[in-house]
Amino acid sequence: MNKLLTGNEAVARGAYEAGVTIGSAYPGTPSTEIFENLAQYDEIYSEWAPNEKVAAEVVVGASMAGARALSAMKHVGMNVASDPIYTHAYLGVNGGCVYVTADDPGLHSSQNEQDNRYVALHAKIPMLEPSNSQECKDMIGKAYEISEKYDVPIIFRMTTRVCHSKSVVALGERTEVGIKKYERNIPKFVATPAACRRHHVELEEKLQRLEEFSNETDLNFTLINKDAKIGVITSGISFEYAKEVFGEQASYLKLGFTYPIPKQKIKDFAATYETLYVVEENDPYLETQIKALGISILGKEKIPITGELNPEIIASSLLSERPDYVQQDKDLVKGRPPTLCSGCPHRGLFFELSKRKDAVITGDIGCYTLGSADPLNAMDSVICMGAGVSAAHGFAKVFEQTNDNRKVFGVVGDSTFFHSGITSLIDIVYNQSNCTIIILDNRVTGMTGHQENPGTGYTLKGKKAPIIEIEPLVLSIGIEDVRQVNPNNLKEVREALNAASIFEGPSVIITKWPCALKKLHEEEKKEYPVAQWVYKVDTDKCRKCRMCLKVGCPSISFDPQTGSFIDPNTCVGCSVCAQVCPFDAIERAGDA
Amino acid sequence: MNTCKNILLVGVGGQGTILTSKILSTGLLNAGYDVKMSEIHGMAQRGGSVSTQVRFGERVNSPIIGRGEANILIAFEKMEAMRWLEFLSKSGKLIVNDHEIESAPILAGKESYPEGVLEALSEKSSALVIPATKMAIELDSIRVMNIIMLGVLVKQAGLETIDWKKEMKNLIKPKFVDINLKAFELGYQYKV
Repeated sequence: MNKLLTGNEAVARGAYEAGVTIGSAYPGTPSTEIFENLAQYDEIYSEWAPNEKVAAEVVVGASMAGARALSAMKHVGMNVASDPIYTHAYLGVNGGCVYVTADDPGLHSSQNEQDNRYVALHAKIPMLEPSNSQECKDMIGKAYEISEKYDVPIIFRMTTRVCHSKSVVALGERTEVGIKKYERNIPKFVATPAACRRHHVELEEKLQRLEEFSNETDLNFTLINKDAKIGVITSGISFEYAKEVFGEQASYLKLGFTYPIPKQKIKDFAATYETLYVVEENDPYLETQIKALGISILGKEKIPITGELNPEIIASSLLSERPDYVQQDKDLVKGRPPTLCSGCPHRGLFFELSKRKDAVITGDIGCYTLGSADPLNAMDSVICMGAGVSAAHGFAKVFEQTNDNRKVFGVVGDSTFFHSGITSLIDIVYNQSNCTIIILDNRVTGMTGHQENPGTGYTLKGKKAPIIEIEPLVLSIGIEDVRQVNPNNLKEVREALNAASIFEGPSVIITKWPCALKKLHEEEKKEYPVAQWVYKVDTDKCRKCRMCLKVGCPSISFDPQTGSFIDPNTCVGCSVCAQVCPFDAIERAGDA
Repeated sequence: MNTCKNILLVGVGGQGTILTSKILSTGLLNAGYDVKMSEIHGMAQRGGSVSTQVRFGERVNSPIIGRGEANILIAFEKMEAMRWLEFLSKSGKLIVNDHEIESAPILAGKESYPEGVLEALSEKSSALVIPATKMAIELDSIRVMNIIMLGVLVKQAGLETIDWKKEMKNLIKPKFVDINLKAFELGYQYKV
């Protein structure tokens, strides 16, 4: 049967067909839908782990225990998971093991543009790179065969366009490969220095055999056009772009197995063409290695190293072809920056923080990064998952040294707190700094599209789970000053911020209210009653002071003649604007 | 470059751009075409600009196109039509919903919604302006605007032989199927 699948859906399907029985992951764009789809298969146990390192360690264990195991993460997630992954390369597998990395050229939804093909090179882990959804499905099966045959884990490298593009896939049946027998094997699986000196030697030998495989496998294939004068070496989505640009004018060496690279195959192909291009997105990963073979080839001298590629960029870089298109009238296009949604529970907190001009606010990764956007502008830094907590400690310690009495607040979401905020908070308790960590508990992993997490009471598979409550957790590690507030109640938020500001020592504020878009569980409906009314502006009372605009709600618009207006179709009744209005001009407007 | 047909669908988060693309690409697949569809979302739910590209033909390589390559640009919002206009081929057709959605800075009165967008679009391209939001409101369901536009698109793209009603029944929640079928018909019959 043929179906139109995204690359992510196809990876999940491929894992199913390959007989995978276990998977563990943490959500991250553009990888998230792999596990959302994997969860549909009853034959596979799958879970959201608190972070990528935990997920990777779960699959290392599962692979040792004999199962075919899968993990998937966004590119920066692989940084978090790199500790177990790098050593896993030495230890090898029992059941096959695959780590999917979903890179994000163009930074559609990420904080950097790192090219994780270098992780394969650096960690010495064989790598596969699919170009379309059919390959995503088929190559996952291949990945498990290689993993088991050569006793190595596999990196399966995708990019946003491969993850999120749909193309036609012919589905197959599941092969039950079963779970291999597990027996204790101390020399193999216990990573002592003595064992790993030996493992490293063995790994280098495996890589030599894998290079032979790379030269032989049809994962690396040529597509020869008879009269072609140009040779193109490429991989991943760039293969599809290159075919689009060169068509039959070029022959192609398409690499699906890109670590170790097939040196002989590359030499043979290169010898046939006078003009050679290497077409790849972001870093010159292939180019550097090809040039090291003494081959003269053109790549990053012409093709940009930054940003996402497309056929147009390749055509203009290599063929100096300029597209012919309808000119836009730039004056008639205004930006559409993303905003916190109507009724977002982060709004109340950031509005109150925005008024504290002398405070330093270290931010973190999630929807609440938008607290840095206009009109709130209430953020000093965003780095990576968990840094909202630890960077606050860094600021506070330096402010101690400089006798700077500015207050430091660190903000972190619930899922991000479970991900890597807990260890950072332990640092703050252990080493005592005078900062306040605000945990924005919106009862869901929001930014990636609403996944369950250890605080929500449900698993990836939709089963009930124990709720890890944040308040007793932070109390138990030694935070003495903990306040829990409803972020939609500005007075509560203000009082908590005031109290935390005068408290000597580390403190925590938990803002607890579900994401306005969350489909609430039955028990949550009682705990968090959703307003049954919307708000409206009494135009007689509105003095056009624009105070309500400072909360940055997309439901509120302003007209210099008539004042503020609240769109009744999108207002969810959070009341934050009503609390901000100095003239009580915003009031309930009956039932929504 | 090749013989594929390229349709670029653009709008604002929440307008149903992705569902429309799903119906379109599934219909094309079932009609025997090779199809690729690319979507960029993520920030879409938060009021951002959303675009999807649907390419179909005997054989499709790249899931995305460059500027000047869309045979049809279908825009659910007029400023979005202007934002993506450079992707339209000079011989291409623009189908635009006569509707404006204000961005956050416009709502806050920091800048104003540009004047004369439709006139400029018509001057630069062969634009079909459809009052699809108004038509949807008349149907008492603003949310079916996208399906009215799909009806117009199907007619304009010459894709009448595909059983779109079947695709909609498969992809739309049962309780919304009837209103969407009505909306499709309205768009399909719309006299341009």
